[in-house]
Amino acid sequence: MALQVDDLRVHYRTLAGDVKALDGVSFDLADGEIMGLAGESGCGKSTLGKSLIRLDGRMRHVGGSVTLDGEQLPIWDDEAMNRFRFHEVSIVPQYAMSALNPTRKIGRMVGELLHARGVDHHAARAELERRLELVGLERDVLDRYPIELSGGMKQRVVMVVSTLLDPSLLIADEITSALDVSTQKAVARTLVEFRDRGFVTSTIVITHDISVLYQIADTILVMYAGKLAEKAPAEEIVKAPRHPYTRLLIGSLPEVGVRYADKRLSGIAGRPPSLLDPPTGCRFRDRCPLASARCAEEPPFVEVDAGHAVACWEAGTETAALGLAGAVEAR
Amino acid sequence: MLRLEHVSKTFSVGSFGRGRLQAVNDVGFEVRTGEVLSLIGESGSGKSTIGRMILRLTAPTSGRILFDDADVSGLRRHALKEYYRRVQGVFQDPFSSYNPIFKIDRTFAMLRSEFFPDEPMRTWHAKLESALESVGLNPGDVLGKFPHQLSGGQLQRLLVARALLLDIRYLVADEIISMLDASTRIDVLNLLAELKTRGLGIVFITHDLSLGNYISDTTVILRHGCVVEMGATAKVFGDPRHPYTKSLLDSVPLLQSKWGPDAAAPETNGRPAGFEAAPALVAIEDDHLVAAV
Repeated sequence: MALQVDDLRVHYRTLAGDVKALDGVSFDLADGEIMGLAGESGCGKSTLGKSLIRLDGRMRHVGGSVTLDGEQLPIWDDEAMNRFRFHEVSIVPQYAMSALNPTRKIGRMVGELLHARGVDHHAARAELERRLELVGLERDVLDRYPIELSGGMKQRVVMVVSTLLDPSLLIADEITSALDVSTQKAVARTLVEFRDRGFVTSTIVITHDISVLYQIADTILVMYAGKLAEKAPAEEIVKAPRHPYTRLLIGSLPEVGVRYADKRLSGIAGRPPSLLDPPTGCRFRDRCPLASARCAEEPPFVEVDAGHAVACWEAGTETAALGLAGAVEAR
Repeated sequence: MLRLEHVSKTFSVGSFGRGRLQAVNDVGFEVRTGEVLSLIGESGSGKSTIGRMILRLTAPTSGRILFDDADVSGLRRHALKEYYRRVQGVFQDPFSSYNPIFKIDRTFAMLRSEFFPDEPMRTWHAKLESALESVGLNPGDVLGKFPHQLSGGQLQRLLVARALLLDIRYLVADEIISMLDASTRIDVLNLLAELKTRGLGIVFITHDLSLGNYISDTTVILRHGCVVEMGATAKVFGDPRHPYTKSLLDSVPLLQSKWGPDAAAPETNGRPAGFEAAPALVAIEDDHLVAAV
């Protein structure tokens, strides 16, 4: 088991009080697994990704533990985490465009980064060039400034640099969101290729775009309002989701290759609860068409099938009850 | 009818404006009321520039934009204001479309003082409430609020309601749902579809092919400022002929099937070649035009 997250709680400090962005999150990630992390904005998916590598100033670790390859990560201690960063855990941030130093040529910047990590950059140079070539970049990008590269090229440079030390865990935070469709495909596939070649052991891909996850992820974890809603193999999340939130979310996605004519999909009414003072019980209760009195009690995140865990009392209810029969079965 | 004829736009770029960037190259199409036309393209394809030219936020370098057979570039003062009563736009980022220190009411008060100074307060309120209700908002939920108290979906709907108050015939919707969450974006899309059935013409600008496929009657695929393929949505998406359209469709992530092997995608990173003439469009069937390769 590469990564074990157990009851992780991370809050944001604000003047109005603590925002409970991660409120008891537990999951495992196997060696070689690419896990997609999906959900709407504010559900805690980026907070989870950041918590595994660096808590920023406003974030506070409140409880829970993270274990990577049998060793507990001291995520609450910024300095102690340094030993793990890039060697064990690495991240590709959302805006690769602003992740590169604009005043340095790429090659020099990488040299400085490696030096800071105590790695001889002359020795790593050959491997760096090999990997750049693998993602379709020529070695002369090392002699260029970031401004001379397109968005997709910068994204790929950052991916190569972040994984140069062969980390055990890579966190890719919304890396395809700002890209055009054709570049998006190339970048998403690069993640799979890095895993296949062993540059990274396991990957967490954070995105709001479930259709990209379906293309590359082995498993998908859906979050809602700071808690886990459902985790299952990608195929099952898309074809046979159990949690009403996942079902409604997938039912609301328009697709190419379907003729809609006058047929209309439907969204989810309402909006997620404030995490400043989250409601008790199931947090999706107010927007859920299946909600019953029992939902006032918080549903546990339990396995309902092999590898398929759901936090919902009604996980067994037929899809038809959601008024979504057409949308899901059309697939 | 809103019609573009051989519209081109060239920007000066680089130091002292010595460089030239052809953002839109000889584009022509028509939108009728009660129809949704999608402009689909990747970044740098000129789709937003076309929207801005229709809204007269920037002037075409050459070509004409006709509204009811009158060239809009010549409109001044009163005539321009009349044009804006008929044609309005909504843009991508709802949070930057509002002044954060004013309550929502102020946006509508400004609209009233600008366009309806003689309208009595009572009838104006009735109009406002019916416009809000027609975009699926409860007036009590949104009026008296600051922008930060509302969700992105609510703010975008308010902008559509603002446009509707003007009794518009055409709406330019530039990436209006790109910043919304999946669960709310479909509601805004459905709102556009409903406005269409009520007789509004919509220019829907997007980079997301699945949204274009969902909502539009006519699709225009743009690349480097040129039209590469246009026609009825079912024909363009169902039977794409241009290699660029095919490669775009191949790259879209689907929920029904996984990505196939990479097709030989045409180079998309390069800059447009400059002042080359746009490729001629050939009609391959009724309502389906493809650029010569």
